[in-house]
Amino acid sequence: MIEVNRQGEVWVFAEQHLGKVEDIAFELLGRARELADKLGVKVGAVIAGDSIKSVCEELIQYGADKVYAVENNLLEHYQTNSYTKVLCTLIEKHKPQIVLYGASPVGRDLAPRVASKMKAGLTADCTDLQIGNHEIKKTGEKHENLLLQIRPAFGGNIIATIINYDRWPQMATVREGVMPMPEPDAKRKGEVIDESVSLSAQDLPIEIIEQVRREKSVNLKASRIIVAGGAGVGSKENFRMIWDLANALGGVPAATRAAADLGYIGKDYQVGQTGTTVRPSLYIAIGLSGAIQHQAGMSESKKIIAVNNDPDAAIFDVAHYKVCGDLNEVVPQMIKAVKEKV
Amino acid sequence: MAYKCIVLIKQVPDTSRITGEAMNEDGTVNRGALPAIFNPEDLNALELALQIKEKYGGSVTAVTMGLPSASEVLREAMFMGADDAVLVTDRRCAASDTLATSYILTRAAEKIGYDLVLCGRQAIDGDTAQVGPQMAEKLDIPQITYVEQVHELSPEKIVCRRNMGNGWQKTACKLPVLLTVTDQANEPRIGAARRIMKFKNAKTPAEITKEGGSEEDISLMRDKGLLIGQLNLDDVQADLQWCGRDGSPTKVHRIMSVVLTAKESKEVEPSAQGINDMVHELIEDHTIG
Ligand SMILES: Cc1cc2nc3c(=O)[nH]c(=O)nc-3n(C[C@H](O)[C@H](O)[C@H](O)COP(=O)(O)OP(=O)(O)OC[C@H]3O[C@@H](n4cnc5c(N)ncnc54)[C@H](O)[C@@H]3O)c2cc1C
Ligand SMILES: Cc1cc2nc3c(=O)[nH]c(=O)nc-3n(C[C@H](O)[C@H](O)[C@H](O)COP(=O)(O)OP(=O)(O)OC[C@H]3O[C@@H](n4cnc5c(N)ncnc54)[C@H](O)[C@@H]3O)c2cc1C
Repeated sequence: MIEVNRQGEVWVFAEQHLGKVEDIAFELLGRARELADKLGVKVGAVIAGDSIKSVCEELIQYGADKVYAVENNLLEHYQTNSYTKVLCTLIEKHKPQIVLYGASPVGRDLAPRVASKMKAGLTADCTDLQIGNHEIKKTGEKHENLLLQIRPAFGGNIIATIINYDRWPQMATVREGVMPMPEPDAKRKGEVIDESVSLSAQDLPIEIIEQVRREKSVNLKASRIIVAGGAGVGSKENFRMIWDLANALGGVPAATRAAADLGYIGKDYQVGQTGTTVRPSLYIAIGLSGAIQHQAGMSESKKIIAVNNDPDAAIFDVAHYKVCGDLNEVVPQMIKAVKEKV
Repeated sequence: MAYKCIVLIKQVPDTSRITGEAMNEDGTVNRGALPAIFNPEDLNALELALQIKEKYGGSVTAVTMGLPSASEVLREAMFMGADDAVLVTDRRCAASDTLATSYILTRAAEKIGYDLVLCGRQAIDGDTAQVGPQMAEKLDIPQITYVEQVHELSPEKIVCRRNMGNGWQKTACKLPVLLTVTDQANEPRIGAARRIMKFKNAKTPAEITKEGGSEEDISLMRDKGLLIGQLNLDDVQADLQWCGRDGSPTKVHRIMSVVLTAKESKEVEPSAQGINDMVHELIEDHTIG
């Protein structure tokens, strides 16, 4: 734990894989920039790995003022203990006031370990971060300019705002895809600071025998138009309709967990709490009920069309256009209308 | 070689059944309105520990931190096959965040002793997936998160397959180790009727005393293997500055229930005309086209 330190920087742990920075790091830099500007402090990015020099500039373009680069061949592959040591060493040395991590498989493995070692707080899986004040009602004690860490809990049924006013840094993991990716600025200037952390065999207790990384076969996050089908579509053959409508609109198909589990389409196409979070211009929800876990991944879409034959389906609560009818009639009609007009 | 496994189990409100009635006016959840269940992925952790015991020998101890009524999930663990069970309960645990929870559970695990500690990947109420890694740090042992299979286990090493979401990893390390287990790992068994008949009578000392039992009854239950262990913060020699509210750096600023706000919306007739008009509107406002 470090003391409350108002001059401390806002940090982002920049996750990389084989020298390529993950999107989540850029998403975090975008928000870190806004938070730091509000607080009047600098943004720092921490990156560790084997050969990372080439990507430090990229972190600056996306909003970092300083890049703390820890280059060491022992850091080539992410390991819990070695990366924990890197983060803790740098946090103790530079005393940032905020440290953000992606709520990715790596971030969720690393951040709690760092928090435990630092005896600092950690808020999981945030969907929003703001700066705000907190007053303790009982004592009237006021804390200003804290990180408000906003996160869903209880299976998405409540939204809690969590703060940490005494034992810093204020740390949070942030869900992938919920913060807009900033535009890189090739002219931005920043400083790359070489850091070294001594590592021994003790810091590398894990042997990685084999690993397979699969790039997702579809990039839902980048799509302006998404046509999602649910269990109501009824069969894999019928799901063809979803593809056809998506193609006609120049969009991509997607699915609920139920539809993916039924094998109508691959798992990569799942939208929601345990799938991808999307915010397209248009989201067409077809034959899906709108479970809270599905809505968690799509309710920020600019326009939502829902097609469902149940007038009480929850998806209608968030839809801008409600089409209450049988999808087997409505969807072919939509394909026809789009093909005629577009 | 036999292995001593500790499985951490959390009793959670069944959040998949939340309705309007389960929410309080102030946006907090009325836990009383929801059934308390065995955290789903902890069932997978327990199943994995039982399979390890069946294959290599050893023992499985189920541990939970919670209210006295959390003894219910410990009995369920015994129905499935846990050899014994320990309830960590103390008023001073209240309002613990994940950091304080992991500290208290670490103190308990150190007192009980272990070769492997198994947790669920995530609890369905707090939803953080932080307690496992935080315990591993405090126990000063390696962690393997998102385990979906144990390929190999020997006194020297454990080899696991981890589900990384966008792929997988096969990793190995020395014991002792902490694993967090996903729902992909196995199909948890159902308690055997014979075990249910026996262990439905298992009780904590507090439960025995409450029913008017004496010290003698408690030791009788112990001899029959029906006593659920019970520890408080003094028993595990916890330093109170790291427990409960004082030991928790994160504080709740505000809680809101998710009210799905009806947006400005239009009903569209499911007819050719209705759909044509809608598509036309979307072209006009440049959403499509
Ligand atoms: C709305 C809300 C939001 C919260 N947000 C945060 C937050 O962001 N950060 C934070 O630090 N705390 C937070 N908390 C507090 C946190 O939920 C509690 O500390 C909780 O008891 C443990 O965390 P978890 O439920 O997330 O468990 P997880 O870390 O998800 O649990 C993982 C595994 O650890 C084991 N485990 C967890 N708790 C116990 C237990 N009591 N007994 C036995 N085994 C257990 C189980 O094997 C479980 O599967 C929040 C609480 C609420 C009500
Ligand atoms: C921890 C957890 C995480 C989860 N994560 C996700 C996630 O990431 N993403 C996700 O999607 N789900 C997730 N779920 C599952 C979620 O709770 C729902 O079960 C799921 O979203 C339901 O899918 P669905 O809407 O396709 O199916 P259903 O709920 O079965 O809905 C089918 C709908 O189709 C309609 N329908 C049927 N026939 C027709 C017809 N002919 N014409 C028009 N409409 C018709 C019905 O009225 C109904 O509304 C998660 C659940 C849990 C517990």
